Amino acid sequence: MNPRVTLAVAVRVLTQLRRDRRTMAMLLVLPCLLIALLWWMFEETGPTTFDQVGPALLAIFPFTVMFLVTSVTTLRERSSGTLERLLAMPMGKLDFLGGYALAFGVVAAVQSVLAVALSVGLLGLEVQGPVWLLTAVAVADALLGTALGLLVSAFAGSEFQAVQFMPAVVIPQILLCGLFVPRGDLPSVLGAISDLLPLSYATDAMTHLTRSAAVGEVLRDLGVVLVVAAAGLALGAVTLRRRTP
Amino acid sequence: MVVEVRGLSVLRGGRPVLDRLDLSVGEGVTGLLGPSGCGKSTLLRSLVGVQRTHGGEVTVLGRPAGSRELRDRVGYVTQAASVYDDLTVAENLRFFARVLGVGAAEVERAVAAVDLAGHRDDVVGRLSGGQRSRVSLAVALLRTPALLVLDEPTVGLDPVLRRELWALFYRLAEDGTAVLVSSHVMDEAERCDRLLLMREGRIIADGSPAAIKERAGADDVEGAFLALVDPA
Repeated sequence: MNPRVTLAVAVRVLTQLRRDRRTMAMLLVLPCLLIALLWWMFEETGPTTFDQVGPALLAIFPFTVMFLVTSVTTLRERSSGTLERLLAMPMGKLDFLGGYALAFGVVAAVQSVLAVALSVGLLGLEVQGPVWLLTAVAVADALLGTALGLLVSAFAGSEFQAVQFMPAVVIPQILLCGLFVPRGDLPSVLGAISDLLPLSYATDAMTHLTRSAAVGEVLRDLGVVLVVAAAGLALGAVTLRRRTP
Repeated sequence: MVVEVRGLSVLRGGRPVLDRLDLSVGEGVTGLLGPSGCGKSTLLRSLVGVQRTHGGEVTVLGRPAGSRELRDRVGYVTQAASVYDDLTVAENLRFFARVLGVGAAEVERAVAAVDLAGHRDDVVGRLSGGQRSRVSLAVALLRTPALLVLDEPTVGLDPVLRRELWALFYRLAEDGTAVLVSSHVMDEAERCDRLLLMREGRIIADGSPAAIKERAGADDVEGAFLALVDPA
């Protein structure tokens, strides 16, 4: 890996995002609006319900949004010929992936700072653990979405197909991560599947942080998310082929 | 020889595009001419090392095509403009310059070489097709490669600019870059030091434009091409 090249990719991706104001607004504002909507929905049922679903949302948004953005942008890079050109230059595959991960990691950090500030500051979400760790988990989560998005972009022939991967890869993880039914109450088979899905660990980490000041389990869950993200990036690197048919 | 190809075969979608092709490319400006779909791009991609091949050897500057050491020394311009539509001309070039490790002075030089100084802060997506392909070409000019491979770089360009680009290719060749340019427009052939005429995955003629015309008994390269394909 070459830090100069990795940084060049990250700066370029961020410049592209900055130019695309609409996407930037969607990335940063939309999660806040949806969290606010959810808080409003539960206003009549009592404040505890938002405390139960709020943490899961803080985990789900960075993951989902980064998954979508990455799978489409990487696919665009594959189909426009820029990826081919870059791979014919002295650029390592990990420089390319690392640059994307870095850029989207930065966006995710900003996004989650906004979402956490809104949830904790305005909407009254109770957080027992350190608030900065909430952001760290959100960034890890975004990296997970980025890694999986990069991976599926290799299997999509068009942007249309790439978007279809969301229901296939993301929604099952949302359903089984504990947002709807606590993971412990799932039928045993589904519970076992839930244990294999990385988003479950991200949600667990967020939930722990809101309920307890002890960070041991949070760090363990965070580790799982980061390991899966790294594995996804490594697998993504395998799908980046210098030689194509 | 800068490029040596021996027995190169490439299948795409199960069909042979190149079948045991032999050729070599030396110094100067070499033109690869043939109709659309004859395998020009596949051949160029093989030289750059981004095409999956199915037999044969491609050697560039004494090393197997696509070797890590070659990535610094071979410039490649794809047929479609491979630049970022949502960045400005200067942002595109600055990005590729960082990847290649060349300085800001090279960015300005490359912008000037393709005559886009007046558009350096325009977003590429709003430029015309010809301007976009010039941005793509400028990326390849950021450094001085030992081999420059250009896939149809002059399609759709203004004749004046086309003449300027050919002059640029010759300046690069004088400075020691071997330039390989593909085109499906036969009248560009006259501008090359050496020609490779290609049809249906095979090289049907190889030599200077004058020699090819003489051998075929034709007045122009298009006539020579027809005479070679259909010797009746």
